[in-house]
Amino acid sequence: MSPQAAIRAQALTKSFGTIQALAGIDLLVPTGTVYGLLGPNGAGKTTAVRILTTILQPDAGRAEVLGFDVTRHPQVVRGSIGLAGQYAAVDENLTGRENLRLVGRLTHMPRDQVLPRADELLERFGLTGAAQRPVRTYSGGMRRRLDLAAALMHRPPVLFLDEPTTGLDPASRSDLWRVIADLVAEGATLLLTTQYLEEADRLADRIAVIDRGNVIAEGTPAQLKAGLGGTVIEITLEDPAAGVRAATLLERFATARAGSAAGDGAVRLDGTSLDITVDDGARTVVEVLRALDGAGIAPAGLAVREPSLDDVFLSLTGHRADSESPDAENPAGEDAGQLARGAA
Amino acid sequence: MTSTTLTPTLPTSTPAPASAPTGHSAQRYAVADAVTMTWRNLLTYVRLPQLLVFSTIQPIMLVLLFRYVFGNSIALSNPTIDYVDYLMPGVFVQATVFGALGTGVGLAEDLNKGLVERFRSLPMARSAVLAGRTIADAMRNAFVLVLMTAVGVLVGFRIHGGVPAYLAALALVLLFTFALSWMAATVGLGASNGEAAQAALFPLVFPLVFASSAFVDTSFMPGWLQVFANHQPVTVTVDAARNLVLGQPIGWSVVGSLAWSLGLIAVFGPLAVRRYRRAS
Repeated sequence: MSPQAAIRAQALTKSFGTIQALAGIDLLVPTGTVYGLLGPNGAGKTTAVRILTTILQPDAGRAEVLGFDVTRHPQVVRGSIGLAGQYAAVDENLTGRENLRLVGRLTHMPRDQVLPRADELLERFGLTGAAQRPVRTYSGGMRRRLDLAAALMHRPPVLFLDEPTTGLDPASRSDLWRVIADLVAEGATLLLTTQYLEEADRLADRIAVIDRGNVIAEGTPAQLKAGLGGTVIEITLEDPAAGVRAATLLERFATARAGSAAGDGAVRLDGTSLDITVDDGARTVVEVLRALDGAGIAPAGLAVREPSLDDVFLSLTGHRADSESPDAENPAGEDAGQLARGAA
Repeated sequence: MTSTTLTPTLPTSTPAPASAPTGHSAQRYAVADAVTMTWRNLLTYVRLPQLLVFSTIQPIMLVLLFRYVFGNSIALSNPTIDYVDYLMPGVFVQATVFGALGTGVGLAEDLNKGLVERFRSLPMARSAVLAGRTIADAMRNAFVLVLMTAVGVLVGFRIHGGVPAYLAALALVLLFTFALSWMAATVGLGASNGEAAQAALFPLVFPLVFASSAFVDTSFMPGWLQVFANHQPVTVTVDAARNLVLGQPIGWSVVGSLAWSLGLIAVFGPLAVRRYRRAS
């Protein structure tokens, strides 16, 4: 086992009854890096995190954290990890400070360090004013920050964040992103799961895309986005006939997808709306408009956007991210639905 | 592999864990972690005193109801005993038996809110979640017993068997409710949330408490009900506590109560632990 790998998983499988949550995934997270597990609800992200954090036993395969096997040495692994989940696991009846004190004691920190560390984290996460208030009076964003603070109490070298921003409003989300970016700057090894390509792109050094319990793509955000062509140009036309003409006309601007069987997702026409995935966003927009103008087609609307998780899925698998993958792990399935609607 | 070989590869401010893989690191902390979890569960009553209402106000109301409203109409087969002295040991058991249901409700809530998930990712002793909960509930029940004794004395209850016998009665009742806590834990760990646990447990315990000798003399019940009432654990424990408090001959009642309590623990202790291991 290489000391370089903070987290390593080999051929992990896990089934719940007839539902296969993990179909044999491999992961390698080098020490000091941020790794993103990207996928829709039910893809197996949470199951992978629960196995790596010793909460769940895998059916087969191996997993190690800092070189220690998660099933054979769970107590050692627990001593070196911090976990913040998508359902902020904090005691509503205790105050914020008491929650941190509880975790500090249960992680067997030296007693005299528990309260100073709790106060330091409360300060850092902007919770000092609410420290003496019961958590049931906290907002969703405050609970997530407290949950993250609890995960950090014993200064674990490896952190797992399971959908840290799911369900948060945009302001709380960027708050949390800032906190995570600080942790990263301090050199923590971090594995985070997310449904948002933007989030993975922003925070992760490497990303694994998970679909139905399999890793279907792995690489740096730049590699993944390069495979997608980077930018999507959305054109709305006056009528379907103009849409067909424009689609034919603009085909040559679309990303060439060498070696990709599902590559013909680069030009997508749906009635009067046309999506083209292109490599070089800004320059191509000008050329596209010039070509449309030359052919006498006036677009009714035009937008340029970064690819979404849905685009990643369409390009990698040919199906959308909200497909009927078993929803074994996330009882609240709204976010995948919103994603799919947002991109449709 | 030791932390020394890891350290150079780790970034600046993150020290590697000093622990080595030993089999007994969990046991080493079993007591300390159980104390921490007990502290956490008791703190809930400080932060949310209304949680104590169910386990204190309700039995006080029952004392007043049976002492002043029903008491004069309730016949006892031994007319030399004052009804208030007969009643109070029954109330001790009633109040703490309903309190024991809280064990199941609390565990169901911890599971439902994802707290158990967090506890499982911490290097704490696995036993501490169940131990901390049952110990905290036993302590709350001890407080309820002292309070109910005070209330009883105010309405005319007197300890006739001496203080040691009274303390022995309290210990017997506490052991019995501790045993019931494990039954409640078993049910609670299979429930989806606190309300579901409460709904599953209440109908189970209600007939045990009211079809018993807690408030009335079972010899006035219909014959078929007497068969159940005379042998079920609440009656056996109430009789044992009552005989001790009243200074009556204890017969087999103390042994019977101990047998019930230890039997319940022997059955539901392992069941609860198994359910806790599997619950997710």
